[in-house]
Amino acid sequence: MPECPVCGGTVDLKGDTVEGELIACAECGSELEVTGVNPFTLAEAPKEEEDWGE
Amino acid sequence: MTRIGLMHSLIRPEEKLLIREFQTREGVELKLIDDRKLSYNLGKDKFDLDLVLERCINHSRALHALRLFESAGLKCVNSSKVATICGDKILTSIHLQEHNIPQPEVRIAFTEESTLQAIEEMGYPVVLKPAVGSWGRLLSKVNDRDAAESILEHKATLGTYHHSIFYIQKYIEKNGRDIRSFVIGDRCIAAIYRSSDHWITNTARGGIAQNCPLTDELKTLSVKAAKAVGGGIVAVDLFETKNGLLVNEVNYTMEFRNSITTTGVNIPELIVDYVLQVAQSGT
Repeated sequence: MPECPVCGGTVDLKGDTVEGELIACAECGSELEVTGVNPFTLAEAPKEEEDWGE
Repeated sequence: MTRIGLMHSLIRPEEKLLIREFQTREGVELKLIDDRKLSYNLGKDKFDLDLVLERCINHSRALHALRLFESAGLKCVNSSKVATICGDKILTSIHLQEHNIPQPEVRIAFTEESTLQAIEEMGYPVVLKPAVGSWGRLLSKVNDRDAAESILEHKATLGTYHHSIFYIQKYIEKNGRDIRSFVIGDRCIAAIYRSSDHWITNTARGGIAQNCPLTDELKTLSVKAAKAVGGGIVAVDLFETKNGLLVNEVNYTMEFRNSITTTGVNIPELIVDYVLQVAQSGT
């Protein structure tokens, strides 16, 4: 399982995790993006932009 | 085989629920389209898809990507027309007005002076909103002239030119809650109350969701508002007043993660039903 890029903790990902998925690190609470699934890679989630929304 | 493209930025809980729902359907091929990886070759693109379901987080990308997909001959849910109207509060209000949908008093002005005059004519309080924006960001409740002058100066000085197009809405006292209804096609499928001690009740800003019973007035007005902006899959925000419901905004990439358990309605299932119906229809 991959490490959280913020706190270094292990992040538990499910088998149906997809690239681009937003997850929260269970240890530090940081919002992360799954940037790859084979193998799993993580990055800090992008910061909110002005035109984000519904 | 029905080929659906799910266009997304990040995969949020809503997109994950939709992916899982599509994967339960026989005869459906789902392709995930990350808008960060898209590029178009205008006039030459051929996409092996029957329909694109738009679930982008960036309004500006969604708007243009939808139009480009449509230009390449694809059906899109929602359409670029709906995205254009719903993504701009001024256009939304114009379409609501043209379809006789009740909404709070709205004025639009382009300079600090004309906006201040409009606000004074409307009476305090009013709400200044960016024409393009979501999640309750940069909303200003203006209670008096001092606040109006200060906020207008800040917007004109510190903002981009977008923030000098002033959308002014009469403040509606909503007693701590408003309504968010969900419309899919011709049906209002569910609604929630969004409650908060703050005057901004968006769930993105901490508003609490509770089930809202569907009355005939709510269902009828929600569907009318959806059709006024072009139809499809939308979420309608409404205020309760002693004179009936008023439509505040219409959202075209609706979030529903807090509303499935709350309402007991399987929203992703109904979205996928509608998308497949549109994809398989002749029009």
